[in-house]
Amino acid sequence: MTPLIEIDAVSKRFTKELDIAERTARMLGSAVKPVTVHAVDEVNLSIGKGEVLGLVGESGCGKSTLGRMVAGLMNPSEGAIRFRGKDVASLKGAEAREAALKVQMVFQDPMSSLNPRLRVGELIGEAPRVHKVRPRREIADYVGDLLDRVGLDPAMRKRYPHQFSGGQRARIGIARALAVEPDFIVCDESVAALDVSIQAQILNLFMKLRADLDLTYLFISHDLGVVEHISDRIAVMYLGRLVELGRSEDVLSAPNHPYTQALVAEIPTLQTSKKVYSVIKGEIPSPLDPPSGCHFHPRCPHAFARCREERPLLKSVASGRFSACHLNDEAGTRNAA
Amino acid sequence: MTLLDVRDLKTHFFTRDGVAKAVDGVTFSLERGEILGIVGESGSGKSVTGFSILGLVDPPGKVVSGQIIFDGTDLVAAGEKTIKGLRGKRIAMIFQDPMMTLNPVLRIDTQMVETVLAHEKVSRAEALARARETLTMVGISAPDERLRSYPHQFSGGMRQRVAIAIALLHKPDLIIADEPTTALDVTIQAQILAEVQRLCAQSNTALIWITHDLAVVSGLADRLAVMYAGRIVEEGRTADIIGQPLHPYTRGLIGSVPQGKPHGAMLTQINGMAPSLLNLPEGCRFRPRCPRADEACLVDPPLSEPIRGRGVRCVHPHLETRDEVLAS
Ligand SMILES: Nc1ncnc2c1ncn2[C@@H]1O[C@H](COP(=O)(O)OP(=O)(O)O)[C@@H](O)[C@H]1O
Ligand SMILES: Nc1ncnc2c1ncn2[C@@H]1O[C@H](COP(=O)(O)OP(=O)(O)O)[C@@H](O)[C@H]1O
Ligand code: SF4
Ligand code: SF4
Ligand SMILES: [Mg+2]
Ligand SMILES: [Mg+2]
Repeated sequence: MTPLIEIDAVSKRFTKELDIAERTARMLGSAVKPVTVHAVDEVNLSIGKGEVLGLVGESGCGKSTLGRMVAGLMNPSEGAIRFRGKDVASLKGAEAREAALKVQMVFQDPMSSLNPRLRVGELIGEAPRVHKVRPRREIADYVGDLLDRVGLDPAMRKRYPHQFSGGQRARIGIARALAVEPDFIVCDESVAALDVSIQAQILNLFMKLRADLDLTYLFISHDLGVVEHISDRIAVMYLGRLVELGRSEDVLSAPNHPYTQALVAEIPTLQTSKKVYSVIKGEIPSPLDPPSGCHFHPRCPHAFARCREERPLLKSVASGRFSACHLNDEAGTRNAA
Repeated sequence: MTLLDVRDLKTHFFTRDGVAKAVDGVTFSLERGEILGIVGESGSGKSVTGFSILGLVDPPGKVVSGQIIFDGTDLVAAGEKTIKGLRGKRIAMIFQDPMMTLNPVLRIDTQMVETVLAHEKVSRAEALARARETLTMVGISAPDERLRSYPHQFSGGMRQRVAIAIALLHKPDLIIADEPTTALDVTIQAQILAEVQRLCAQSNTALIWITHDLAVVSGLADRLAVMYAGRIVEEGRTADIIGQPLHPYTRGLIGSVPQGKPHGAMLTQINGMAPSLLNLPEGCRFRPRCPRADEACLVDPPLSEPIRGRGVRCVHPHLETRDEVLAS
């Protein structure tokens, strides 16, 4: 069966503009070059219908950039995003519009980008009205149903965004995405800014909507604990690259990649005694100048000579399980179960 | 020995819309070297509790009553001057945003030396040596290079480490840390938690760690105080509170943490949201969200005499055994 979404060897590069000092230096003949950030570096992933794929990694590793490309808000520098088998960039007219509606994105604070002078009812009802998802006279009822579906009182449609709490705003953002009847939702840090108790409510809502509406999610978060709970499979990124992919339970119970191992060890869990932290050293390197070979080598407790020189490719290490680490090639050093 | 004894503290904000009782009768104490975690949803009064201890509450806010007894002196009664002398020296603060501590236009060495000299008569060279030593203590390699840098040259994690080093310069008796790792990545958060745990144990510094994240603080704190709408609703040893929460709110918080729950299972959420401080429900403040609420809860419950070693503000605490709690 064709996956719903295919991310095929996708890369995204951003060129950082030179600032005035750098431009001046350049005019005077010094070798200052515009710097390029490889925000996403040859990522391959496919997401099946009805699946929840969790995407984790620390800030700056390229999660949002990948999510934006999947949602069609940005084009890849290389590679292709396919929706139902068709390259989204090549679609025209009605087909392109259809694909754009079927893939929606929910942001961390969905309200920050919205017009504060519009009432919630208008904010949610705008897209389905313009795209004729429902006849105009049914829009008001439709918005009421959507609010109800995300756990808000339909009477709230008369209010303005600033009159809502963080958790309610998250619900409004979800209602807005649902309004155009998408098949696929990219959730980018959708629960990151919320209190744990409210976060649990929103996670429950996401799980319920998935079951009720047969939705597929790319669920992006820096918090592996959250991702693990909601996702069928987990993809781990580090400095633009995919380093591990597998079923959630497998990745959590036996992480293969040393970076995933560190992330798993550091998920804050409820403790009844003092935690013994097993920390990995060092800072997250600048994406402007990533380490050679395996990007993780300066922080990796297992790094050896080859890691500094050669980029480890994402390889199958078990059924449905992929990891990009040279240790998997060293016969006998490790058993990838 | 008791280092800090906060008794029935009330800090209110006198706003145009009414009086917000941000801290409304908070009582707890802290031994030397002890780590207390203050947890609760945003708006529950955690930061205002910390600011009150430091004497940093500005109008329209005011400490209206209660005592804050620090090493034998009541800071509420003693007034501004006494607190100023202690702040930054015997009581230090670490904020979520390290730029609340750091000055963006000064080099780190300048800032650290000034901080030392503000409270101690030592030479600049001695102050600089102390700065270098403290940076090393918080796990900063190449301290000399860091000392010559400006804050903007650092990552968020490095800035927070420097802010922690500044807090440690005078070897304080008490550090109040307000969500210091909330904005950091997990691997960096773990590094800082590990350093803080080690430093407090080594120096016998007491620590109040304020956070909305029960999971993070449970691995760090000796004791926990759970706040809700301006009050502590449960306070006791971490092992007891996590192992067997008595208050329905604490139990809800624990249920909200995804870890340890079956994959994909609905989380036991707390319904609704925290009340506005200007419009509190009658009786128990948690009543509209509480699955156990009944008529008895219409009377505001006081903090109980210790039940299983802790105080609870609830008329129907969960007295079932831990196994029953886990099974439900
Ligand atoms: N519009 C942009 N212009 C330039 N650089 C960008 C842009 N968006 C993201 N980046 C850079 O790409 C990298 C990945 O960013 P992002 O996808 O936001 O990561 P994450 O969501 O994992 O934190 C970062 O180094 C970031 O600075
Ligand atoms: N400057 C202020 N003016 C008015 N009310 C304030 C002010 N600061 C805090 N408050 C009130 O105090 C309450 C508790 O705030 P805070 O201690 O910051 O909560 P927390 O740290 O638990 O998130 C807030 O909900 C607000 O009602
Ligand atoms: S390739 Fe080398 S440096 Fe990279 S994760 Fe594996 S062992 Fe560590
Ligand atoms: S007093 Fe009543 S409403 Fe309040 S927490 Fe206890 S059971 Fe719930
Ligand atoms: Mg992001
Ligand atoms: Mg606060």
